[in-house]
Amino acid sequence: MSEIYQLHVNGESRDVLDASPGESLLYVLRERLGLMGSKGACEQGECGSCSVMLDEQLVCGCLVLAAGAVGQRIVTIEGIAPVGAPSDVQQAFVDAGAVQCGFCTPGLIMATHSLLERSPSPSEMEIREELSGNVCRCTGYGRIIDAVQRVAVARRGVS
Amino acid sequence: MTDTDLGTAAATFDGTHSGLAGRLGDSVARPDGVPKAQGSYQFSGDLTADGFLWGATLRSPHPYARIVRIDVSGAWKIDGVAAVITAEDVPGKATYGLISQDQPVFASDIVRFHGEPVAAVAADHPETCRRALAAIVVEYEVLTPLTDPEQAVDGSFPPIHPDGNIVRHQRIIRGDQSIEGPIIVEGTYEMGRQDQAFLGLEAALAIPAPGGAGVELYVATQWLHEDRKQIAACLGMPEDNVRLVLGGVGGAFGAREDISLQVHTCMLALRTGRPVKIQYDRAESFHGHVHRHPCTVWMRHHAGTDGRIRRIEARFLFDGGAYASTSSAVLINGITHTQGPYQCENATVHGWAVRTNNLPSGAMRGFGVVQAAFAHEGQMDKLAAAVGVDPVEIRLRNAMQRGDRLITGQVVDNVAPVARLIRETAALPLPTQPVGGTDHDPMRLPGGAGRTADERHIVRGIGWGVGIKNLMYSEAFDDFSTARVRLADGVASVKFATVEVGQGFITIVGQIARTVLGVGEVVLETIDTQIGSAGSTSASRQTWMSGGAVDGACRLVRERLFELVAAKYQLAAVQLEIDGTDVVDTLGTLRIPVAEATAGILIEETFEHHHVPTEDLDEDGQGNCHTAFAFVAHRAVVDVDPELGLVKVVQIATAQDVGRALNPLSVVGQIEGGIAQGVGLAVMEELLQVNGIVKNATFTDYLLPTFLDMPDVVISLVEEPDPHAPMGAKGVGEPPTVSSTPAVVAAIRDALGKDLHRVPVRPSDICF
Repeated sequence: MSEIYQLHVNGESRDVLDASPGESLLYVLRERLGLMGSKGACEQGECGSCSVMLDEQLVCGCLVLAAGAVGQRIVTIEGIAPVGAPSDVQQAFVDAGAVQCGFCTPGLIMATHSLLERSPSPSEMEIREELSGNVCRCTGYGRIIDAVQRVAVARRGVS
Repeated sequence: MTDTDLGTAAATFDGTHSGLAGRLGDSVARPDGVPKAQGSYQFSGDLTADGFLWGATLRSPHPYARIVRIDVSGAWKIDGVAAVITAEDVPGKATYGLISQDQPVFASDIVRFHGEPVAAVAADHPETCRRALAAIVVEYEVLTPLTDPEQAVDGSFPPIHPDGNIVRHQRIIRGDQSIEGPIIVEGTYEMGRQDQAFLGLEAALAIPAPGGAGVELYVATQWLHEDRKQIAACLGMPEDNVRLVLGGVGGAFGAREDISLQVHTCMLALRTGRPVKIQYDRAESFHGHVHRHPCTVWMRHHAGTDGRIRRIEARFLFDGGAYASTSSAVLINGITHTQGPYQCENATVHGWAVRTNNLPSGAMRGFGVVQAAFAHEGQMDKLAAAVGVDPVEIRLRNAMQRGDRLITGQVVDNVAPVARLIRETAALPLPTQPVGGTDHDPMRLPGGAGRTADERHIVRGIGWGVGIKNLMYSEAFDDFSTARVRLADGVASVKFATVEVGQGFITIVGQIARTVLGVGEVVLETIDTQIGSAGSTSASRQTWMSGGAVDGACRLVRERLFELVAAKYQLAAVQLEIDGTDVVDTLGTLRIPVAEATAGILIEETFEHHHVPTEDLDEDGQGNCHTAFAFVAHRAVVDVDPELGLVKVVQIATAQDVGRALNPLSVVGQIEGGIAQGVGLAVMEELLQVNGIVKNATFTDYLLPTFLDMPDVVISLVEEPDPHAPMGAKGVGEPPTVSSTPAVVAAIRDALGKDLHRVPVRPSDICF
């Protein structure tokens, strides 16, 4: 059994061919559309590595059926900034030492962009609570919090 | 939250940077940071090849059973299945293993742990693989598993493996065995099974050579050359026909030191003649790699009335699980660190690493020393209480110094600033916020988002943990590393097989080359087996070993550069040095940019770094078995809800002996990350087995510290360059996990006034 449907990903309409209807959005993004930036580490919504935006809502791509995302605007890590021209959040993660193995990083970048859109000056506790759905095994989170705070400060300086 | 000045990590590693920033001692940003943050970095699980097939593994549902019959015919009937393999199909050696090759590629007659591989398939889609695995019929005669390691020691359980149930026994007998008291403290300390839980799941892509003459494997591992040796043996191929290329590694922490999917992936690719990719899911990962050894340690300390240790008696029992892996080395690490970072002349220690039908145990950050530290630090607090001094004072009175001996007789000939570490940690500020914070935010309380705790009932405690950790490999093993450096037109290219797992080795490679050679641009070549071994990314060894190799190769290149420049300008080579990005004559007669001095020439040198030789232990556990040591101190502050059994770790303060911080930002990352794993072991992380059956192989049930669980970390880097270390730098990865766990547990004991002797500390341990 297979289906053909379209997904709206990073501003483009993409055909999904020969898909089984049971495939998760994460699987389709990675294996059918070649968007490997979203990562799978638990496949049950616990780690946040697969975080993507679905109609401006941060979701775990592993918990969403791809066929159920038809008609919604999907933004993945590849849609945040062109390769080689990192966003302020991406650059801050690198500069602050918030990246080690980097497997959790794309999901955390998505979650951080989402957080700072909604709350430009989050308190440290707000950062911890908002990002607590994203697990990092390398950093112990300290440098990530620093990165988020750096972006918040820099954006205030600009505006 | 650190008081360390990290400076600005401004330099990006794009090859355009040519100033002085980015040299040793600077907080340089990772060269792979931007690709990782943009999602364009390729992890091993992101790799694909034209026409590749998916592979998957059938695993035993039983911890111990005899295989009566395997019928794979059902799998072949499913459309899209391209290969089905079992033990009968292994072309070469049927078993593998890091130290002894006792683990089957596929079980053929007996399965010895829950999740042991029995067969594998290759097919066109993961779902086809799942159906094919379900169609394989395996008839088992279920056996009663050996799950209590004591039954392995006492011989009451028949051997579950031809090599027997005892992997290794070693004793340490030193000094006067008759010393007793006058102060005697005793305890038994247990540690549950911790999983490394790296986020980047096991994944590999194998590409067969035409005609099946060889195979190329892209894999996330810790040691390419060791993998290749084991894979080639199992494939029945010369090592030269097997090329390994490092796939992007999403964390390791010891779990990638052993073979998991490597041989299976290669076999499926060779069998089908097509590229094959295997990617574990989280549940399979919990079954598919080794874990930290569950361990029971009994210790009895004899001390003077002043609290000075006179003799230690100890017994260690490491549960090695079904196969040997590195258990024999973990055992030696554990027992040789019995005394901790304290002076002790007399000891009686017995240690066992045994085989059971539990999951195989092997390497995890801290490697046996975590188990020792949990015990010796519990003992130090008991000793402090017995002689009536505080936890800091008892540790200062016993603190080891350079030149002291381990209970193996080995002289600790490294910088050993134990007393300084304790004092610097004690001087770090305590949390300024009271229980619940001045804002009374319930998120600050134990239980956090559950909002279950009542602020008025919370008690705060403070505890200490101080640790010693050996660096590099031990027991006469020469774990050398190799690097090749090419210098041409002001650009240095560096080749090595050192595995980057996220720790930041590739960052310091550029820093070393820029410092030694004065170059701006440093090119890192592909990390693969097309050069000599780098040894494993483990044992806190790569900065010392592979850093030493890169440094050595750069220095050889620099010597030749100076010879060329000296000849050209009729100067003495010994008068030349690198100043920033210039070659200069110390007499002040010459200053030319390195780029100009190297225009049109190519200098290439390869260097192997070897550490000082080590020895095997004799039958009484005496010998210079270790290479070097690093030290660390931790102070933990916790808030505990005694009624609900909940713990909130509020702060960890630490001073760590780093030798020299080659990249302070990177060092801080290692310290904070290592502490996170220590905190996890203290209060939440345990992979549970009941009668050998794994009960919680998911991230829903195996708990990892989140942003809300991690405390503030306050850090003091103690920099006393070690004379034996290349560049003066000690390995920094493991010490943070060694004594952070006992510090947290000591803080919980302090809060409750209750003895706790097992980690992770569970709510029931607190309430009942």
